[in-house]
Amino acid sequence: MDCEQTIRQVYLYLDGELTTLRRWQITRHLNRCPPCHHGFDFELELRQVIATRCHDEVPPELKARIAQAIGLFEPDPPAERPRLVDGPDQA
Amino acid sequence: MADQAKFAELAMAYMDPLYSAALRMTRNPSDAEDLVQETYLRAYRGFGGFQEGTNLKAWLYKILTNTYINMYRAKKRRPDEVDFDDAEDFFLFRRLGGLEAAEAGKTPESLVLDAMPESVVKDAIDALPEQFRVAVLLADVEGFSYKEIADITDVPIGTVMSRLHRGRKQLQARLWDFAVERGLVPQPPQPEAEPAG
Repeated sequence: MDCEQTIRQVYLYLDGELTTLRRWQITRHLNRCPPCHHGFDFELELRQVIATRCHDEVPPELKARIAQAIGLFEPDPPAERPRLVDGPDQA
Repeated sequence: MADQAKFAELAMAYMDPLYSAALRMTRNPSDAEDLVQETYLRAYRGFGGFQEGTNLKAWLYKILTNTYINMYRAKKRRPDEVDFDDAEDFFLFRRLGGLEAAEAGKTPESLVLDAMPESVVKDAIDALPEQFRVAVLLADVEGFSYKEIADITDVPIGTVMSRLHRGRKQLQARLWDFAVERGLVPQPPQPEAEPAG
């Protein structure tokens, strides 16, 4: 495995989508080739930066709206509903 | 068949990541909210068809992606959505590696990555063409496998691989552009500038 073949497979390697043999061949090259090793380390670090700096929190109103829409919470507790007419409780 | 009452218990936990993905897909907070809400409603209604024990996260992302395509693909391609030429291998590494280290013990490229703000990463992803953006998002942010992405986006694995390959290279080029633009790295060194007369 030379540098060019190794670099071409950097994503497959980092994605864990290679066969055991191919993975081993690349690891062996990386252990012998500091420039490639350095490059792979950088790609891995970059991947972590992308994964960790792309998170946003759901606005609480949206969360509440969805929870309500799928019946997770009662919109209003029955006791607080205004009574329009006197009469027996609507159980 | 899964119980709908179980839906809330299982699916609500994915709302933050789904909203983050929706923001990157639509690039607009108000569209992202609509998209997430519609996704949850569809998922809730379709939960009976979800097979328990299979991958709920992938199932929700499939609904999110389909809903996004149905709701927004009809919209015009935005003028800023340009398919750039592919960058070379190790594009960012080669550029950042050429900078001088400002601190002992850390490589210059690591320092720039450490200092890279969220806004730069998000803007760089947002600048990618839609299909690349979705593939990169699903792989690099959400950690789905090629097979899962193929299933979520309904394309063959080979297409996923090619979108990822090109998307990641373009992402590196955009990260470099934004890093330069925001002063995270010095202006690109000119190749051997002639001494001024």
